[in-house]
Amino acid sequence: MTSYPHAPGFIAGDRPQIVTSRFQYDDSFTLERYLATGGYQGLKKALGRTPTDVHDEVKNATVLGRGGAGFPAGTKWGLTPQGKWPRYLVVNGDESEPGTYKDRLLMERDPHQLIEGCLIACYAAGLSQCFLYIRGEMAVAQERVATALNEAYAAGYVGKNIMGSRFSVDIVLHWGAGAYVVGEETALIESLEGNRGMPRLKPPYFPAAIGLYGQPTIVNNVETLANLPWLLVNGAEAYTAIGTKTSPGTRMVAVSGHVKRPGVYEIINGTTTFRDLLYGDEFCQGIRNDNQLKAFVPGGGSAPWFTPEQLDLPFEASQVGPAGSMLGSGAVMVMDHTTDIPRAALTLTRFYAHESCGKCTPCREGGTWLERILSRIVDGKGTDADLDQLLEVGESICPGAFPHASSSELGLSAVPFPYRMNTICFVGPSAYAPVHSALTLFRSEFEARVTKRTRIPVSGSVS
Amino acid sequence: MARLTEENVRLAREIIARYPRSRSATIPLLHLAQQQDGYVSNDAMVHIGELVGATSAEVFGTASFYEMFKFEPVGKYLVNICGTMSCALLGADELIHHAEHALDVKLGGTTDDGLITLERAECQAACTEAPCLQVNYRYRFRVTNESFDQLVDDLRAGRLDGEIPPHGTVARVRQRVAADRVVGAVAPADVADGPSWFDGKAAL
Amino acid sequence: MTTTETNVTSDENQPPVDPNAVTMSINGRSVVARKGELIIAAADRSGDYIPRFCYHPRMSPVGMCRQCLVEVEGPRGPMMVVSCMTPVADGQVVRTDTPQVKRAHEGILELLLTNHPLDCPVCDKGGECPLQDQAFSHGPGESRFVEEKRHYEKPIPISDIVLLDRERCILCDRCTRFADEVAGDALIHFTSRGNNTQVLTFPDEPFSSYFSGNTVQICPVGALTAKPYRFKARPWDLEKVESTCTTCSVGCRITVESSRDQLLRYQGVDSDPVNWSWLCDKGRFNFEAVASDARLDQPLIKRDGKFVETDWSTALRATAELVSSALRDGGAGSVAILGGARGTNEDAYAWSRLARALGTSNVDAQLGDGLPSVVYAYPQATIDEAANASTVILLGPDLKEELPVLHLRLRDASEKKRSKIVEFGSKESGLTRYAWKHTGHEPGQQVSAVRSTLTETAVVSQLGKGSVVVVVGRGNLAESPEFTMSALAAVMELVPNAKVLPVLRRGNVRGALSAGLGSGSAVEILERAAAGKINCLVLVGSDPLADFPDADLARRALTGVPNIVSLDTFMTTSSSQAQIVLPAAAFGEKDGTTTNLEGRVSQLSRKVTTRGTSRPDWMVAVELADLLDIDLGVGSVHDVFEQMVSTQSAFRPIDRTALKASPDGVLLAHVGSAPIASPVPDVPERAGFSYRLVVSRKLYDAGHNVANSPSLASLAPGAAIYLHPLDLDRLGAPAGSNVKAIGARTSVVMRVEADASVHRGTAWVPFNQPGGKVGELIDASALVNDVRLENI
Ligand SMILES: Cc1cc2nc3c(=O)[nH]c(=O)nc-3n(C[C@H](O)[C@H](O)[C@H](O)COP(=O)(O)O)c2cc1C
Ligand code: SF4
Ligand code: FES
Repeated sequence: MTSYPHAPGFIAGDRPQIVTSRFQYDDSFTLERYLATGGYQGLKKALGRTPTDVHDEVKNATVLGRGGAGFPAGTKWGLTPQGKWPRYLVVNGDESEPGTYKDRLLMERDPHQLIEGCLIACYAAGLSQCFLYIRGEMAVAQERVATALNEAYAAGYVGKNIMGSRFSVDIVLHWGAGAYVVGEETALIESLEGNRGMPRLKPPYFPAAIGLYGQPTIVNNVETLANLPWLLVNGAEAYTAIGTKTSPGTRMVAVSGHVKRPGVYEIINGTTTFRDLLYGDEFCQGIRNDNQLKAFVPGGGSAPWFTPEQLDLPFEASQVGPAGSMLGSGAVMVMDHTTDIPRAALTLTRFYAHESCGKCTPCREGGTWLERILSRIVDGKGTDADLDQLLEVGESICPGAFPHASSSELGLSAVPFPYRMNTICFVGPSAYAPVHSALTLFRSEFEARVTKRTRIPVSGSVS
Repeated sequence: MARLTEENVRLAREIIARYPRSRSATIPLLHLAQQQDGYVSNDAMVHIGELVGATSAEVFGTASFYEMFKFEPVGKYLVNICGTMSCALLGADELIHHAEHALDVKLGGTTDDGLITLERAECQAACTEAPCLQVNYRYRFRVTNESFDQLVDDLRAGRLDGEIPPHGTVARVRQRVAADRVVGAVAPADVADGPSWFDGKAAL
Repeated sequence: MTTTETNVTSDENQPPVDPNAVTMSINGRSVVARKGELIIAAADRSGDYIPRFCYHPRMSPVGMCRQCLVEVEGPRGPMMVVSCMTPVADGQVVRTDTPQVKRAHEGILELLLTNHPLDCPVCDKGGECPLQDQAFSHGPGESRFVEEKRHYEKPIPISDIVLLDRERCILCDRCTRFADEVAGDALIHFTSRGNNTQVLTFPDEPFSSYFSGNTVQICPVGALTAKPYRFKARPWDLEKVESTCTTCSVGCRITVESSRDQLLRYQGVDSDPVNWSWLCDKGRFNFEAVASDARLDQPLIKRDGKFVETDWSTALRATAELVSSALRDGGAGSVAILGGARGTNEDAYAWSRLARALGTSNVDAQLGDGLPSVVYAYPQATIDEAANASTVILLGPDLKEELPVLHLRLRDASEKKRSKIVEFGSKESGLTRYAWKHTGHEPGQQVSAVRSTLTETAVVSQLGKGSVVVVVGRGNLAESPEFTMSALAAVMELVPNAKVLPVLRRGNVRGALSAGLGSGSAVEILERAAAGKINCLVLVGSDPLADFPDADLARRALTGVPNIVSLDTFMTTSSSQAQIVLPAAAFGEKDGTTTNLEGRVSQLSRKVTTRGTSRPDWMVAVELADLLDIDLGVGSVHDVFEQMVSTQSAFRPIDRTALKASPDGVLLAHVGSAPIASPVPDVPERAGFSYRLVVSRKLYDAGHNVANSPSLASLAPGAAIYLHPLDLDRLGAPAGSNVKAIGARTSVVMRVEADASVHRGTAWVPFNQPGGKVGELIDASALVNDVRLENI
């Protein structure tokens, strides 16, 4: 098991590498290295086949979206309305979900692989221009992708008559300016149109139907597209031979927090379990100082929390969902027994409250309210009525039962994912998710922090 | 305080030309303005509005949505310490506390010598290397109090000038495409049909 | 009877099946809605009111406030959806009354109130505030929010008229959407993000929109307030009636609101064919002029060169004496009546009856600044037809400046891609940026501009694509109206199926002309007056010295008439030359009907008592007739109306019942047939170093409605000559400096400014601006007017 110092955080293992195969080279981001390691061969194969053929190959491989929702890319490409032109590709490189750390590596370490993936997608789905949206704060990723694009244009891999074929497409490097919510695909499109990155309501604004400039638009995550070169070279059969039928291939997972060896791992989809990942020798090798595991966030800051009881679940959406959470963006954050739970919840809630775009009342007002109450509790100034108030505010964001994990200790059975929501996008509910998990699974820690008071003060009559 | 320079207007036009609609260049042009002056001035926003066909209020509306744009001068180095989950679990708050003392500023403040502005940032996509920070969007991983002090020393002594450009410059490499390689952006209204290569046949 | 016949009969009794109808259920009741309609709109019609803040039926939905959540039955049980963005569907099952929906409504309201200051007792909106009302009907009853609220500086001015209190704002995106989507002035915008989001202008760039008052009207809280109304009344003290604005001839439907007999506010009413609830700021805020201290309140009579107050019977007897001596000495032709376009139909009709009884045809409701009334003989279009036409041909004034709400309707037509605008003009207008084609031309060249543009292949094919409406009016007061009439004739020759929407701007000009106040022409009347042939001139709400384009002729005319009687609301420059000045009742002080530019007759209502002893124009005509032993056969405004509709053919389709049944108004029938094309006058050559004069109106000017409304008066841009920047360079005068403008008769000194929307080779001067003397440069008998400019 090697870790590569020029790819900080990345730890390879004796596992199939679909998207990280070049991370071992110091110069993995250069065109020279890329070409020396089979680069642009997937594109070449694709151009030798009809677009429909290539599209079918991707469909057959069931390449799950890696941005969070896990929707198969091939299926998504097929959702564009007939005969409406032009259509665009927007690449989501805005990686900002707490705990998520993979797209930046892919852009910094192997930009050509991403470029090749974009081209294959454009070719297969008839997309006439590609916009590669990179998170604003990722200076090095922007430089590496810009350099790679400049090289690729000059060498005839992007732009007019790619590789001497009839296929011509531009890739425009675009970069953001710091706003988490812009990772949401419709907000990404707003931002790309030069606007405030506020999400649009779906329906009717499904990007595949009404996207950039109102045209059909495919939004795909960086990692999703990075899978395509390997897939085209090796074929759908080889791809589906890895992982399970519903979750084929590999996926990159960042494990951070209180583990011995935090890192980004390319794991096998569908079969690897959280226990493997947190305790396995080739992964994190256990909790720091051999402490006790208290809880972990299985899929990015938005995901409801798991406790040791869920450790044996595999990275398989169809099992994680019913267990009360989601896999999201491949980010596991681990808390050991020393963790101050209310404070951890506050950290996450503060993030989502701060990142609310301000459009929906429940998210804009409710998120901040949750943060305020939590920080009061953390500061020792909360009352027991505040605990119920947290749930009341949450009810106004997400009505009805909110998903959570089972706990035999507490006698709780799981409430499955997803939740109902009063907001447009998931930022509002995400502000509530950590509060709800923490309060449901660790209520005693909150109770120990608050003073008893039966009634909260009334600040003023409303009507 | 300034509108875009002639050279930057040329760059701006080059950037605008890449998009089917010029409004799309708003954020890149705001970065260009910030690169020019270290922050985004009102004059620059008015100028950008003229270039992309938006009112100044619209440009300001967009600009103020995003964390990276500053509307008043900041230090030459913007030090963003990540305070989100993984970093917080591994001591970000303590690091921020240390930084405030070491620099003698509060979060959001700039050191007396005008060199360093300190901020708390949200997750920087380096969670396995917590706690981490960025100096003008260049990473420092697994930062300790000692390595933070060393960093400040290095910044003050100018030892990092080569690696870290002054605030405003994010990427030092720009996309540059030779005229004979570019396909060109077309306004969506002027496109009636699918791309010519998308005709059901192989392209090679 | 055969089965077939039975079927036929029952078919006839059934309403035809609407292919766009969908049947859905709301709260268990079946509702028929239209495809594409939103649930919230369908629920409004079915009587199931859903609370809302951001939704506004005239703007695109944003789903921002989340207040309108309802439950819709889905494949996996009931789903919460926002009813303002979810379209109806056949078989859809909607519930707005379940405990879950109620909980959601309460929850959102509680959240909205967390940061709201609850300063209702000192808030203008208190009492008519959707937030207050909904908190009462759908709110949680008490707030559990104990944290510190958001704080911002209390109201900050965002323009000369509008103030913004960001603490009260609930971020519904109504004002900002209006500014961008409806007005096209995106000068206010959301700034910052999340909980810090606030509405703001760009630093030092105020929300200077002609439509800013609408944002105050649609703000669902008291965040936006208008200076003219602030702290003047509590809504529960307001009494209101519906009426029609007569500031310009669009005729927007409004409510006139008063408290303690003081006009305090006009609000837009959503009239589907006309104003869609919008108003311009001039129309909205010029109620201040009605309440102005400068209003005339007693008849005045001149003794030894000075006005002294008198009573009505003395004043009227003196007037009758002036008229009868004129008749005696010079015959009917020596009596003239100018004006009548600012009053009601009844006012105009009574005066035209009197004129006919006197036997004079020296009568004109226009002041040489409009178009000949034959323009109404072309097939007429309505506003709706114009705003839905495939092609709109603009041959006339800048609608944004003269008929602002018509501008909004046409802008909407273009933005929503219903219409393509083909514009001709000597200056770019507010619609130019939305126009598909703009052909600039020098004054007098419109016929050739029309002929060449309308025969371009692309234009010909566009004109063939559907209906065409020509919007025609007076674009330039410094050229002969014949050019516009010839250009219109040329359009009609090239596009014979086109319809015409004449856009003469004065409030009731169409009504006045239809009532018979157009038998003469103001130019000829003034020429006769200047030649000493008019003995008695009656000015009915008209001010030739300010409004007639040719200042010299107006001056000579008024000096040439020995006896002038002025009936007006204010002492104008022209009334000060009169022997007798009679105070007239103003808008809001009288009942009647008015006719808008498309010929829509609607009701006008009295809300406050008349100022002093002032009387409505019609009454003055009737009383004067009495004294002259003429029996007009009317005793009330009601009688005038009845006589008018039964005798004036233009008004025949109108009657009380029809008007009552249709608050939006009833259209006049079209009379007349298309006039014979008039020959194009030859345009004289322009001398090398002169500029051809273009004179047109700005929304805000020195007219007494604006000048006597303190909130508006300062908005008039002032007198200046505007040149294309290249022409200004050529002149070598710095912008803002004074130059000497030399016309055919005299010269005046004026400030010069650069303006890229001015056609090269022309000089544009806004008419009737404070301190302006452009009228000195206009010769009404010339086809076009040129000026030379000299640096001083
Ligand atoms: C609040 C929010 C933030 C998101 N952030 C990201 C992100 O940073 N990167 C990303 O690829 N997808 C993100 N997504 C998911 C995208 O909306 C979208 O589903 C994804 O880019 C589609 O790509 P895929 O199908 O390849 O996964 C986010 C979604 C939400 C609701
Ligand atoms: S949930 Fe929050 S971030 Fe998402 S659209 Fe609504 S306000 Fe914006
Ligand atoms: S009225 Fe529907 S979300 Fe505001």
